[in-house]
Amino acid sequence: MKALCWTGINKLTIENVDEPTILNPSDAIVKVTMTASCGSDLHLLGGYVPGMRAGDILGHEFMGEIVAVGSGVSERKVGDRVVVCSFMSCGQCWYCTNGLTSLCDNTNPHPGLGEGLFGAPTGGCFGYSQITGGFAGSHAEYVRVPHIDTGAFLVPDGVTDEQAVFASDAVPTGWMGADLGGVKPGDVVAVWGAGGVGQMAARAAMLLGAEKVIVIDRLPERLEQVRSVIGAETLDYSSGEVMAELRERTGGRGPDVAIEAVGMEAHSERPDYVYDKVKTMLKLETDRPTAVREAILSARKGGSVFVLGVFGGVVDKFPLGAVMNKGLTLRSAQQHGHRYIPMLLDRIAAGEISTGHLATHVMPLDQGPQGYEMFKTKADGCVRAVFRP
Amino acid sequence: MSKRTAAALIAAGTAAASVAVVARRRSTDAAGSPDSNESRWRVVTIARPEAEVIVDGALPAPLIELADLIDVRTSAAPGDRGTELAARIRPNSAAGDHGDRVGQLRAALRRSKQLLETGEVATNEPQPEGHRPATPAGLLVDALARRSPEKGIL
Repeated sequence: MKALCWTGINKLTIENVDEPTILNPSDAIVKVTMTASCGSDLHLLGGYVPGMRAGDILGHEFMGEIVAVGSGVSERKVGDRVVVCSFMSCGQCWYCTNGLTSLCDNTNPHPGLGEGLFGAPTGGCFGYSQITGGFAGSHAEYVRVPHIDTGAFLVPDGVTDEQAVFASDAVPTGWMGADLGGVKPGDVVAVWGAGGVGQMAARAAMLLGAEKVIVIDRLPERLEQVRSVIGAETLDYSSGEVMAELRERTGGRGPDVAIEAVGMEAHSERPDYVYDKVKTMLKLETDRPTAVREAILSARKGGSVFVLGVFGGVVDKFPLGAVMNKGLTLRSAQQHGHRYIPMLLDRIAAGEISTGHLATHVMPLDQGPQGYEMFKTKADGCVRAVFRP
Repeated sequence: MSKRTAAALIAAGTAAASVAVVARRRSTDAAGSPDSNESRWRVVTIARPEAEVIVDGALPAPLIELADLIDVRTSAAPGDRGTELAARIRPNSAAGDHGDRVGQLRAALRRSKQLLETGEVATNEPQPEGHRPATPAGLLVDALARRSPEKGIL
């Protein structure tokens, strides 16, 4: 079958690879009908995340049709049209039964890597380096899905592939940021990043009752989507001072909840961006936390900051003093999608959450390398390149 | 097969390799001695009651082949989280030809937890992959991944 493989830093190729097989009783094989590029893939593509191996199949945000199931599968069946959560959940360990599914104890075959880097391993994830298990990703014609009963969700009738595919990752990730960030009615929320996850976090905040939501980015086409599709305010960080602007728009308080949806390759007009750029080039830090710093410094006293963007290592000049002295609550996570996806699919079907507009470039998998190049360079207003294998 | 049935079969199959479950106690090794780290207790919490973890004195299957090298103990985990299954390389046991005994113990504990909680062990081999050139960095990643079940803080 065809698959989009990482072959080195900023190198992708389409290769012919073996088809996946059932390995465990809980497994299923899914024929991929749509698979999306994600901003976190760019961290893998660019070599920022350790543990990538030439030949790895990328892709973690996807949907498709079940074509085979293992002997232990009871809830899902062949022929089901499903969206699959990007992180895997066994459904049995303490983390899974407490809604912290991306921390699943039983789905990562490479626990020592996560323990070495983070002190504990994450759960398994599709196409996301050896650290999350080294699983083959979804940018292929078929993908093996462990624990299909807990990880795959039926797509409601009337929901298109372009709408449903983002329920695999972007929508639940954004919802989690607003939910676990503690957004409540009357709040003012600021979201850093107007990509797919940032837009979904903004929409989630609105649905959870926020009275004002402000999304910060510099790309005009994304900011236009925020205004016209999501219905939130925007702030172009390239045309002004973000912290002062936020203070002005929040009655001098700062946002109650600050959601960072940018990650380790943040851009900024601030001088610390140059500092981080140099330090990462010299390998003196691994990630550029510019947006995290700004979120912490901008949040109101006693507010909360949720880090949705992906980080892989260590950062410098972290404003811990602001966290402590302003009494902030700082939270983060990879997405615990299993607790949200059924509800989110219903909201998508009901028209409460718009997602199809994110798929600005739909193309065959054969054009995967070109799609990622567009996505990376933001060419032609690309918000997400999505592929039909 | 249900997960609980699988766990029961695992336990039943290990009856012949029954070992004593030692009482809870701290290692008495001298701190810093060459043996102290190897014989430290290594613990996983299993979301199952103690009676399903050690059944009639039988170890979970992955620990059986290490039975002559290890001490094992269990206790109820706080907060209704199941059972803490602890094992250590028995102090002063002969090294023999077992190789990386701590690594084997880590992997066995992790497999035990997975089998008891889910009825299977997480794997991704074999799976589809593109061309994997034998570069030094690639071979290093392969080696780290291959040995990962035996490595870590556990």
